[in-house]
Amino acid sequence: MRGYVPAYEVKSPETLTEALSILQAQPGKWKPLAGGTDLMVLLESGVLENRNLLNLQGLKELTGISVSPAEITIGALSTFRQILEHDLLKTEFPLLAAAARSIGAIAIQNRATIGGNIANASPAADSPPALIAHDAVIELVSSTGSRRLSYAEFHQGYKKTQLATDELIRAIILPRTQADTGSNDFFFYRKVGTRKAQAISKICFAGRFHPCSPGNLRLVFGSVAPTVLRCIQTEAIIQGGGLDLKTIQKAKDSLTRELSPIDDIRSTAEYRLRVSLNLLEDFLILARQKQSHVELGS
Amino acid sequence: MTVKRPVIRKDGKDKVTGRAQYVDDLCFPNMIYGVSVRSSVARGKIQKITYEGDLPWKDITVATSHDLPGPNVVAHILQDQQCLATENVQHPDEAILLLAHPDRQLLEEARRKVRVEIDPLPSIHSIEDSLNQKTVIWGKDNILKSFVIEKGNIAPLWNEAALVVQGEYRTGAQEQLYIEPNGMIASVSPAGITVWGSMQCPYYVHHALMVAFNLPKEKVRVIQTETGGGFGGKEDYPSMIACHAALLSLKSGKPVKIIYDRAEDMACTTKRHPSITRHKTALSKDGKLLAMDIEFLLDGGAYATMSPVVLSRGAIHAAGAYNCPNIRITAKALATNTAPYGAFRGFGAPQSLFALEMHMDRIALQAGLTPEEFRARNFLQEGHVTATGQTLRENPDLPGLMGTALNALGYHAKRANYADHNRNPNSRIKKGVGFSVFLHGAGFTGSGEKNLASVVAVEATPFGRVRVLASSTEIGQGARTVFAQLAADALGIDYDQVDVAQPDTHIVPNSGPTVASRTTMIVGKLVETAAIGLKEILIQSGHLKSECSTEDFSDQFRNACASYIKAAGPLKSFAQYQQPGHIQWDDTKYQGDAYGTFTWAVYAAEVSVDLTTYEARVDNFVAAQEVGKVIHPVLAAGQIEGGVTQGIGYALYEEVRLENGRMINNRMTNYIVPTAQDVPPIQVIFAENPYAHGPHGAKGIGELPLDGVAPAILNAVAFATGTTLTEIPLLPETLMRAMSNE
Repeated sequence: MRGYVPAYEVKSPETLTEALSILQAQPGKWKPLAGGTDLMVLLESGVLENRNLLNLQGLKELTGISVSPAEITIGALSTFRQILEHDLLKTEFPLLAAAARSIGAIAIQNRATIGGNIANASPAADSPPALIAHDAVIELVSSTGSRRLSYAEFHQGYKKTQLATDELIRAIILPRTQADTGSNDFFFYRKVGTRKAQAISKICFAGRFHPCSPGNLRLVFGSVAPTVLRCIQTEAIIQGGGLDLKTIQKAKDSLTRELSPIDDIRSTAEYRLRVSLNLLEDFLILARQKQSHVELGS
Repeated sequence: MTVKRPVIRKDGKDKVTGRAQYVDDLCFPNMIYGVSVRSSVARGKIQKITYEGDLPWKDITVATSHDLPGPNVVAHILQDQQCLATENVQHPDEAILLLAHPDRQLLEEARRKVRVEIDPLPSIHSIEDSLNQKTVIWGKDNILKSFVIEKGNIAPLWNEAALVVQGEYRTGAQEQLYIEPNGMIASVSPAGITVWGSMQCPYYVHHALMVAFNLPKEKVRVIQTETGGGFGGKEDYPSMIACHAALLSLKSGKPVKIIYDRAEDMACTTKRHPSITRHKTALSKDGKLLAMDIEFLLDGGAYATMSPVVLSRGAIHAAGAYNCPNIRITAKALATNTAPYGAFRGFGAPQSLFALEMHMDRIALQAGLTPEEFRARNFLQEGHVTATGQTLRENPDLPGLMGTALNALGYHAKRANYADHNRNPNSRIKKGVGFSVFLHGAGFTGSGEKNLASVVAVEATPFGRVRVLASSTEIGQGARTVFAQLAADALGIDYDQVDVAQPDTHIVPNSGPTVASRTTMIVGKLVETAAIGLKEILIQSGHLKSECSTEDFSDQFRNACASYIKAAGPLKSFAQYQQPGHIQWDDTKYQGDAYGTFTWAVYAAEVSVDLTTYEARVDNFVAAQEVGKVIHPVLAAGQIEGGVTQGIGYALYEEVRLENGRMINNRMTNYIVPTAQDVPPIQVIFAENPYAHGPHGAKGIGELPLDGVAPAILNAVAFATGTTLTEIPLLPETLMRAMSNE
């Protein structure tokens, strides 16, 4: 243990109201601590800079997965284990379930929370691409009220988010639009890690395609830009041009422009770009097969 | 008889129940903790040391090399490594001074507050730069060790040959990643030094302490605590930590514990040597090897430490399991400004055998032969002479082993099917099979065993309990269990009646280091001999009848021990290594019998390669080997499975990333070893061909399984992708580049 533990202070509020008033009273002083799977690694290495931790583990208001006809609300403290074992999430939001299954290994999945994964704001996080592809909404709460925004707009840059110093993430809300489009959505999630388990993403891709609703196309990448990235320009090319080989090539050219991968300790920019293009191509070819299948069937 | 039966391992119960005491489990009255302050640069001159911050510096023990009673060296083969850097630092993270205090937390803070100003000097970070003497950082020419092994004359063959094939192959460093990081406790008093710790070689530590503290041997006592893995990583480095802990104990007057955390262990302790091997091979019309010219280069790091002997084993194995009349092997270990590389399971052989087995597939391809046919035409047989001039006195059934391994994998059918499958341009997953053939010399190289002259003792109590005394350590491989099996069978008593002493230099004789696949074959034979000697003492002295009925033998043995001890005193039998007469070795010329015997193996791998991600995955693995005789079937299979797993890591995952000589991925999150999910089913097949000088015919098997895994896998990947591969680790990034270069 390289962290100097006596220098750290931990507060453990019992209610959300109490937690939020602590944040409001001393803006920026308290670093929220949820599952700890990111922060404890930093503490052990002696590089956890913020020495005041606000332990959220006791806040029941942030737990639980609730289902209504229009949406599923996932409390920020829900663990990835709870997510991947939730039957409705598995069937209606398979990208999220797949992302949850790909995170760390069982011990990490039991401990890590979706709120923590989002707030940590790593561009290599596994769940954000899935959430964006599912059109997730994020709910933020502070002493003065709460607000909802599209999750796709939450991450603004490397480790920069819309979370204000007095706010906590309360929940992730997933709209149950499947009801409108039937079960024809084609989902594709692929995490390219350094090994099969206990791995951090080198590239992470979540894709969604509906043969009859081009507007449903989502192409979302992790680990290839300063933040998780929905590739809107590339989506527009496919939406405008279809899935013929020429358009797929145009989409790949567009993706090359949209991504900005770097060399780091896990991989190289060259590899990240090339594999992203391969993943896009794999996805679009499978989508085309799906489309011709639907056309033949109808 | 217990040999060949999977008896319960001696250390199993305590480990499973958590009772086993590792060094960090031990505490002594008044014990304090120690840490090292290390160099921030690769090479430079130490200018100034300041102690900053609002810390109770007067309560913190500070030790430097000036506090050492003896010379400032960690004694290995050459005494070139400083115990603590004094004027110059030679590599990043080299220890400069030591701190001790009762509060571990405070100590970490103090470590950060020592400011060492170092004027950097030019440094060297590649084999090429070292060889070209871009800067001279060690000795006159950066060469830690060099020699040439010659057989016949390669010169006239290049024009005569039907085919000449050249290739260059590279391997990266590899971290042992034992579960338990390094650690030591030392207690110094006027009576001498006692250390407890995690280690493979108690008498290496003993020797290093005698030198650095200028003490006679009886004043130094080294006790091995339960050790959570070594793989060579606890061969020489524990001597360094023991010297550090003892120095802090000397200075503070208190017992001092130093435990490395994972990051420190990975950054500072030894790893496998990176290598470059260049092959030039001449072939006859009928596919026979005519000449092999091999250049074998190792990156040794900043000090010689184990490099001369790693180079030696690597070079001797460089021509592999093949018969060739003319061979030249030019070997050099070169200094660079990185932490010294050291021992790691295989000890140079995985590097040179990787190169050779990749090269053999390359030659086969160019010669228009299948890999198996080309190898079969050149296999070593009884009576053949190796590169060092050793005449083989055993008959390795390499054709038989190759047939067994390839059939077990379904190699021939798969090779045909996958060739078809891979031609389909729509298949994103390419499939391949490949294999390697190799050997491993068991025991110390050349005259090593003769020089060690290892000793083992076996003693008995009046209650008929027998205890084996040896300095060979249990490091997870099962040494304690195998020794007890061998002693029990030699005496004809129950396995449960035998104990194996915890190595303690005040109690056990020097049976040598726990390295070189020698523990079962060499030391185990001594255990057997000493046990037979003990029984002979009882028989000769008339306390035990020579013909005993087996039913109540335990009772007879117990009575005999009791009456002998009452009449004559302690009952103890020693055995010392005697080199078998057939072993002749010339250290100066690298000529003669390099090893008493060899183990032989054929490993075959089946892989798939995802063309979307360039990830290669091992789907199936067959490890067939001839090991003399298996003593404990479960432990033996475990050795092979573990070695294959480390070999998969070496081939596909493990990359030590250095920046100016410092390891930057020194964490388990970014130094990637395979998880259980990345390891395929491993089929282990043993063939037996008893070795006359091993116990029950056993040869050493510890290192063998790491030697041939990487080339088997890469040959399979090369087949799957149609790409020439020359380098490990084969990360997806590397494979992508290799495939786009084709």
